[in-house]
Amino acid sequence: MIQKELMTVTSQTEIAHNIYEMTLQGTLVDEMNEPGRFVHLKTGDDMIPLLRRPISIARIEQEKQEFTMIYRAEGAGTIALAKKRAGDKVDVLGPLGHGFPVEEAKSGQTALLIGGGIGVPPLYELSRRLNAHGVKTIHVLGFQNQEAAFYTEQFLALGETYVATVDGSLGEKGFVTDVVRNHGITADIFYSCGPTLMLKAVEQLHAAPRGYISLEERMGCGIGACFACVCHPAQDESGTAYLKICSDGPVFPAGEVAL
Amino acid sequence: MNRLSIELPGLSLKNPVMPASGCFGFGREYSQLYDLGSLGAIMIKATTEEPRYGNPTPRVAETPAGMLNAIGLQNPGLEKVIENELEWLKQFDVPIIANVAGSMTEDYVAVAKEISKAENVHALELNISCPNVKTGGIAFGTVPETAKELTKRVKEVSDVPVYVKLSPNVTNIVEMAKAVEDGGADGITMINTLIGMRIDVKTARPILSNRTGGLSGPAVKPVAIRMVYEVSQQTRLPIIGMGGISTVEDIIEFYLAGADAVAVGTANFVNPFVCPELIEQLDQYLEAHNINHISELKGRSWK
Repeated sequence: MIQKELMTVTSQTEIAHNIYEMTLQGTLVDEMNEPGRFVHLKTGDDMIPLLRRPISIARIEQEKQEFTMIYRAEGAGTIALAKKRAGDKVDVLGPLGHGFPVEEAKSGQTALLIGGGIGVPPLYELSRRLNAHGVKTIHVLGFQNQEAAFYTEQFLALGETYVATVDGSLGEKGFVTDVVRNHGITADIFYSCGPTLMLKAVEQLHAAPRGYISLEERMGCGIGACFACVCHPAQDESGTAYLKICSDGPVFPAGEVAL
Repeated sequence: MNRLSIELPGLSLKNPVMPASGCFGFGREYSQLYDLGSLGAIMIKATTEEPRYGNPTPRVAETPAGMLNAIGLQNPGLEKVIENELEWLKQFDVPIIANVAGSMTEDYVAVAKEISKAENVHALELNISCPNVKTGGIAFGTVPETAKELTKRVKEVSDVPVYVKLSPNVTNIVEMAKAVEDGGADGITMINTLIGMRIDVKTARPILSNRTGGLSGPAVKPVAIRMVYEVSQQTRLPIIGMGGISTVEDIIEFYLAGADAVAVGTANFVNPFVCPELIEQLDQYLEAHNINHISELKGRSWK
């Protein structure tokens, strides 16, 4: 069930340059049953900014009724959010959308998780669940540079982890796709989240026979009513078919969406 | 007597609050959140004869206390709206107002004729004011004589009363209202969005792929109030007022300006529970202020 709740901030830390990790507490966490779904937040109490901000869920701790999200403070909304402190309230709507299907990877199989920038966070909860499910995970994380990198240690604790930065200041110089190619990494299934151009390149890698990608787009309502975040399906003879990223996605089977 | 119930042409409303067209899809998403039967009515997303994909993304851009949208009338087309959406909506005890759009007179007539036969469609809302399509739409909404002719043609084929949705992007809103009244309209809904634009200062390019879009949200409310105030004094037609409503005080303001009912648009995106919340708060407001019936407030700013 989608719920709206005034949740309590339990912690907020800047973990990389302009990258914040915020943990929120409330009963809405009981509804979080799948990695890759997102929450839609009011970042301020007034009318500026007016719309909510969609942010992915990085970690779910149901026993503590807490979830963690990692976001980049970039526009007016996320900059306002970054000013919140422990004890402050945030108006949260969620959980929204369809997430990564964990059960598509079988126990004993290997899953390749490829994340770019602010697309990395939802892969963390995914990796935790895959590992709990007996799936071996390989992580390939791409960042702009060392300053913008985060959670590399946390991913390493869950499995083999490669890091790529555009300027080579951390890990290997280049893109996530270069790392996968250079090391000849293959898996039974892949899961990926990041900029659309990266997702397109990841699909073309064919590092696994099948996979799932998570898309990003400007959103209005976040629940499928406003038609702001539509995309074309890969197969569509009519030209009028559409998928809503917020409610049909944000996670889609690889190859289903025209990127 | 229920202090919120309202009788309008074709519409027996248990309360005067309804979601505005384009901000509520066909109701499916919001039905996961609350009983759609609690709403006064539902103005469904604009329906065209053929399916439309609409404009490329980005389709929305935020503005201070508002937003620009350029969706471009995306909808599955007349046939699917009747078969799937209106059929599905029958499970709820709520009258539907079908928003009818097109590029040419014949398109409007074709959609109006068929969609007005659906048993839960109690009224049409003629969309002559969408700013985001290349042809039709807005032209019908800015030339009084054209608007009048279109209203007349649609009235000839519609089985239910016809409300015309006015565009604020005109020099003289009263002239437009009188024109559709002459054309036989049963009511007016107002206002649609104001044409606006945002430019990305980093790239120097418009943010919306359509370049311009329709401005909605609290930012446009004063414009809507002024227009309802003017039109309600100059026509006999009932008015469903809209434009930036997000609080119960906003609803009261529209009534004082001269509205007979109200629609809530952009606020549904900010708070998906806003309509049922406003209905409850409106009843409490009337009780607290010793107002026997909401209609007592109509036009009080000029009467």
